[in-house]
Amino acid sequence: MQEFLQQLVNGITWGSVYALIALGYTMVYGILRLINFAHGDVFMLGAFFAYYAATKLDVAMNPSPGKAILVLLISMVGAGIVGFLIERFAYRPVRNSSRLTALITAIGVSLLLQNGGILVFGSAPKPLPAIIRVQNIDLGGGVTVTNAQLIIIAVSLILMAVLRWFVLSTRTGKAMRAVSFNRDAAILMGIPTDKIISVTFVLGAALAAAAGVLVGLLNPTISPLMGIMPGLKAFVAAVVGGIGNIPGAVLGGLIMGLAEVMVVGYVSSTYRDAIAFVLLIAILLFRPSGLLGKNQAEKV
Amino acid sequence: MRSKLDRIVVALALPLFLAGLVATGGCGESKGGTIKVGVYGSLTGTTATFGQSTENGARLAIEEINAAGGIGGKQLVMVSEDDQSKAEEAATAVQKLINQDRVIALIGEVASSRSLAAAPIAQDAGVIMISPSSTNPEVTKKGNFIFRTCFIDPFQGTVMAKFAAQNLGFKRVAVLKDVKNDYSVGLAKFFTEEFVDRQGGSITGEQAYSEGDADFRSQLTALKANNPEAIFVPGYYTEVGSIAIQAKELGINAPLLGGDGWVSDQLLKIGGAALNGAYYSNHFALDSPDTTLQNFLARYKTKYGAQSDAIGGLAYDATNLLIDGLKRLHTSDPAAFEALDAAKADDAAAQKAARAKLRDLINGVQAFPGVTGAITFDADRNPVKPAVVIKIEDGVEKFAASIAP
Repeated sequence: MQEFLQQLVNGITWGSVYALIALGYTMVYGILRLINFAHGDVFMLGAFFAYYAATKLDVAMNPSPGKAILVLLISMVGAGIVGFLIERFAYRPVRNSSRLTALITAIGVSLLLQNGGILVFGSAPKPLPAIIRVQNIDLGGGVTVTNAQLIIIAVSLILMAVLRWFVLSTRTGKAMRAVSFNRDAAILMGIPTDKIISVTFVLGAALAAAAGVLVGLLNPTISPLMGIMPGLKAFVAAVVGGIGNIPGAVLGGLIMGLAEVMVVGYVSSTYRDAIAFVLLIAILLFRPSGLLGKNQAEKV
Repeated sequence: MRSKLDRIVVALALPLFLAGLVATGGCGESKGGTIKVGVYGSLTGTTATFGQSTENGARLAIEEINAAGGIGGKQLVMVSEDDQSKAEEAATAVQKLINQDRVIALIGEVASSRSLAAAPIAQDAGVIMISPSSTNPEVTKKGNFIFRTCFIDPFQGTVMAKFAAQNLGFKRVAVLKDVKNDYSVGLAKFFTEEFVDRQGGSITGEQAYSEGDADFRSQLTALKANNPEAIFVPGYYTEVGSIAIQAKELGINAPLLGGDGWVSDQLLKIGGAALNGAYYSNHFALDSPDTTLQNFLARYKTKYGAQSDAIGGLAYDATNLLIDGLKRLHTSDPAAFEALDAAKADDAAAQKAARAKLRDLINGVQAFPGVTGAITFDADRNPVKPAVVIKIEDGVEKFAASIAP
């Protein structure tokens, strides 16, 4: 029982990270029907921005909560700018081409970021300075949680709540939903769709960067290729939850984190990556629109 | 009718032609010329320090012999290739070194998976390959041209099992291995055999991960449930550092035990204080009083401004072993030695025969005085050497024990 509870804590922590990344996939898909495969690499960039910010601020020697928040914000802003640039210069020129063209462009951007990362950062893994002092908290019965894990869950929840408020209660959020519902009609209503799409990319990239910083708390070795697997798994999480659906992405992320941890803990670590794709196949077979997705009849 | 320009060209060409004749005449006396040695390793990627240390150790040995006038007047030229810490790239690198650069011998690799990918290529081409630090037994079984200068996993696994049972008095140990890595799987197997069958201990749990994984909490949680006295983690430094941190965060206070895959200056940078109290087996201890070793460490530090790790020392030994073979070939068979010159690479048959002679000389080495211990090969071209156990205490690596074969 104790072991199970500990695995549960581990799973929820990873699940929150996947949820944050999955949100970016789902938002972009909701608006553009584009699977942004470069999203996992923006997550990687977030971790590297945090690395440089933390080194510059000398966080390792004297950590403070203020500095930790500053590192998080720098990384989110930096990744937001990258997200804006990716949309502006890679996706916008092909927006009116076929969806396949956009998909291939996304894969191209992903490869560019990975290999550009190797060029700039070097391929050797780098130790991310500890931006907070990690402490163990005993939950009783031999189950422990670190303050880092709690921070990850808390920051994820806060960011998700902010996102939900933004999408449901602000003018820009309303416009985002309108563009997602029907882009042509939104244009006719005078909604500046280009601006709204840019905002979506910036938000998604900032959330992915936050996930990158949070993962750095869990495992402080970062490398230019660290975004590939989490990116793919978060994509699966978005599909499992129902792609285009924001609460679905969160649910999918949590399911993914728990499934992975339980498989490693009770079956074999060899299936860690396999379980993600087993979930994907299962959901596509039995509920193609995802757990929370609406069943849409597609006009052919 | 000749133009003025023609005459100038002839006037200039004549002395050059004559000088050329003199130079070729000189070569017959085995003076001048170069011999190419290939070094391949992971200069970048997840185990970048392995390749960098290997290259540094090999370069130091080559520069020292060149500064001393070379071998029989010939200078050694080092050709280096990066395999990005990937087995498939190691095969490509070795193909290039053999076919394009036409090296006479190869120094590399550190990781057993990558040496195993490269060894058959070297063997087929009849090119000597000395792996400085691949400890998986299969590596030298790929053929009689493949040597190594380090001990092998059956011994290394045994050392840690003996040390855990006899020096530390442990009875219950868990194992966490990298399933994608021949080295790690081999070491885990030999450790388990010795610890259970001969030391009377028990393995409380066995879990696995794959190189490049970031999260080890689920495996560690599963291992923690059975309260092991120690956890044997025969992996590479990048993952070991993360494993140490996550184990401490889960409240596991059992020390980690490991092998020479931990050797890197990055280990303590990644793992930090979480590694205090851990033990691993190594090829030498930096605080050993041995003068050959201390002299080498001093020269290495002067040249590179950094402390050499065991991998640098082993590469230095591997290169010197090759140099020693070349020296003896020069004395015993000058014609064969001459055939190894880089300028004579087109005479493939003669060079192949010469490489075979060189191989025999290296194979027959007796108590070669390396900085990591004396080297004499057994029937499988493995040296018989003692291992040391290092303890990490307050972020410093200290000699804990020496265990003989």
